[in-house]
Amino acid sequence: MEPLNNKQLTTPKLFMIAGLLLLAVGLLFGFTGALQYLVPGFLKQYLSFEKIRPLHVSSIVFWIIFGTIGAVLTYLSQHSGRKIYSPLLTKIQLIIFILSIIVIFISYCVGIFGGREYWEFHPLLALPIAAGWVLFLINFIKSVGSFKKQPVYVWMWLTGIVFFLFTFLESYLWIFPYFRNNVVNDMTVQWKSYGSMVGSWNMLIYGSSIFLMEKISGNKPFSYSVIAFALYFTGLFNLMFNWGHHIYTLPTYNFIQYISYVVSMTELFIFGRIILQWKSSVSIARKHFHHTAYRFLIAADVWIFLTLLLAIAMSVPAINVYTHGTHITVAHTMGATIGINSFLLLAFAFDILHDTCLPFTLYKKWFNRGYWITNLSLFIFWISLIGAGILKAKWQMSAAKIPFSTMMLQLRPFFIVFFISGTVMMAGFILILYPLLKNQFICYLKNILKKRKIKEQHVSGIFAMD
Amino acid sequence: MASDKQKIIVVALLVVTFLFYSFYLYSSLPVKDYTINEESGKGKLVWQQYNCNACHQVYGLGGYLGPDLTNVYSFRGKEYIKAFLNIGTATMPNFHLNNQEINALLAFLNSIDASGKSDPRSFTIKYDGTIKQ
Ligand code: HEC
Ligand code: HEM
Repeated sequence: MEPLNNKQLTTPKLFMIAGLLLLAVGLLFGFTGALQYLVPGFLKQYLSFEKIRPLHVSSIVFWIIFGTIGAVLTYLSQHSGRKIYSPLLTKIQLIIFILSIIVIFISYCVGIFGGREYWEFHPLLALPIAAGWVLFLINFIKSVGSFKKQPVYVWMWLTGIVFFLFTFLESYLWIFPYFRNNVVNDMTVQWKSYGSMVGSWNMLIYGSSIFLMEKISGNKPFSYSVIAFALYFTGLFNLMFNWGHHIYTLPTYNFIQYISYVVSMTELFIFGRIILQWKSSVSIARKHFHHTAYRFLIAADVWIFLTLLLAIAMSVPAINVYTHGTHITVAHTMGATIGINSFLLLAFAFDILHDTCLPFTLYKKWFNRGYWITNLSLFIFWISLIGAGILKAKWQMSAAKIPFSTMMLQLRPFFIVFFISGTVMMAGFILILYPLLKNQFICYLKNILKKRKIKEQHVSGIFAMD
Repeated sequence: MASDKQKIIVVALLVVTFLFYSFYLYSSLPVKDYTINEESGKGKLVWQQYNCNACHQVYGLGGYLGPDLTNVYSFRGKEYIKAFLNIGTATMPNFHLNNQEINALLAFLNSIDASGKSDPRSFTIKYDGTIKQ
């Protein structure tokens, strides 16, 4: 069921809009970081790479989190046909998050870091984020009401919200010396938490994408089917136990390697299903391709395929020992966060935000171009990172190593392609973001003017009566 | 369609196993030697304070603009590292660290060096796809 007033600027929509702005900012930092790869010492005095990297990664992670919250809250009320339990809590959460992000960004700029890998900030700033998340959890549980006979996406949302909180808190265990005193212990716990945290936000995003897919295609039974739940359980199993593939080379417990290796291979089940479904996916895709939101779902499907292929390969320790510590890891991370997470979130953004006071058809061309440009350039971007990674892997394994700086010089052609394709991709994203955000802004202003006019008319009416 | 009860049983089993795994790891961390080296503990915090991790890796994890530093201590030696920290490079800023910070960092780099080897060449690959050092 659609909420009554689609055009109103609700808090979940504001989450999505703030998320899109964070994406734009994140792209700019990514661009700067890539430039620093090419021009050693670029902005070294003011915004050296140790500042740019967390600025980039944090903006991007916050884009994912904001977009996800916006989507889950919107879709939850569409699913239940009721309003969110407490719009006030949502508003408070938004304000807490925005203020925290502003402080986090300032802290990076003045050189205050958490110093951890990779989504990191001062531990004090984790407190408001955790508190805001608790509000989200309360709001979610209260809004769902009864958990009986719910479709798979409601299960996924609840799982994602709970596990995000758990893993987020877990990632701060290092503040206790017991956990951080030994580097091996510290890294074991850190990657346990981060590995599962990514799984948690994926639960939220994949859940939302199942909801949206069904909303567009009108095919409800899937989200209640056995296969949907089987996929959900496989995802949850991996979220909980596959994190060890980040630390195969760490001298930690051997069983962490074995468990993670075996568990990761269950992803082949998801992979197999994608292949089996290929034909029907393509025919459904043809039918809905005109639908902009759906198009991003399809792009994400292709990227899920590519990313999963790489991820499963990297989960085999014997392959991981080569790829680990190289830009293949970056290819994997950015491929997943852009190709899967960001594209799915853009599908939600379009679905949630396109209904404004201005017709969206005006921008069809922008979207079309943006869509193809981001996808093609992402592919080149991804390949260039894999290329750089392969060369570095060879270097890592070579008997007589040339110096690190000489090796990096040899990778330069790949970094140039990385930079150019990244810049083009950024332009592609802007073609998509600009109309989405501009429409919101114009309609917001129009709305204010309209309200003011009504007020003025009202006031002059009173005077006329005098 | 599976019933709610069946689904809850599956999720509950997974959650219980997950919690058991988590708390087992917390209570029995892989390295049991808890002797605290104060200097390297301080060095770790200096490492975090300057975000060395954004450009360097430890055990292959971190940012990728600079080299992995897991075994730099034994590979390069104290003086070499000191020189890098005092001067910086084209990419790496000179953080103007004081002597205390440098000594703490050296102790930290020494401790991670002693914890193991990150060099992928030191692993043997087994037929089942696992690796061993
Ligand atoms: C902005 C990125 C950056 C940051 C931040 C950074 N480094 Fe570096 N560092 C580099 C680069 C790049 C090199 C390699 C320089 C070369 O070989 O030409 C390097 C080299 C080194 C080396 C020498 C390694 C070798 O084997 O030759 C040491 C030791 C080192 N850094 C320690 C640190 C410490 C400790 C910190 C934190 C206080 C730090 N670095 C922060 C970029 C950085
Ligand atoms: C939606 C867009 C993007 C997302 C979601 C994204 C996400 C990420 C993530 C998660 C990382 C951490 C990688 C890791 O540690 O493995 C990262 C690193 C990085 N990204 Fe992006 N990114 C995006 C766009 C870009 C663009 C357009 C550029 C360049 C033009 C860029 C340049 C970089 C660089 C240079 C790094 C650091 C690599 C290193 O550690 O050495 N990113 N990005």
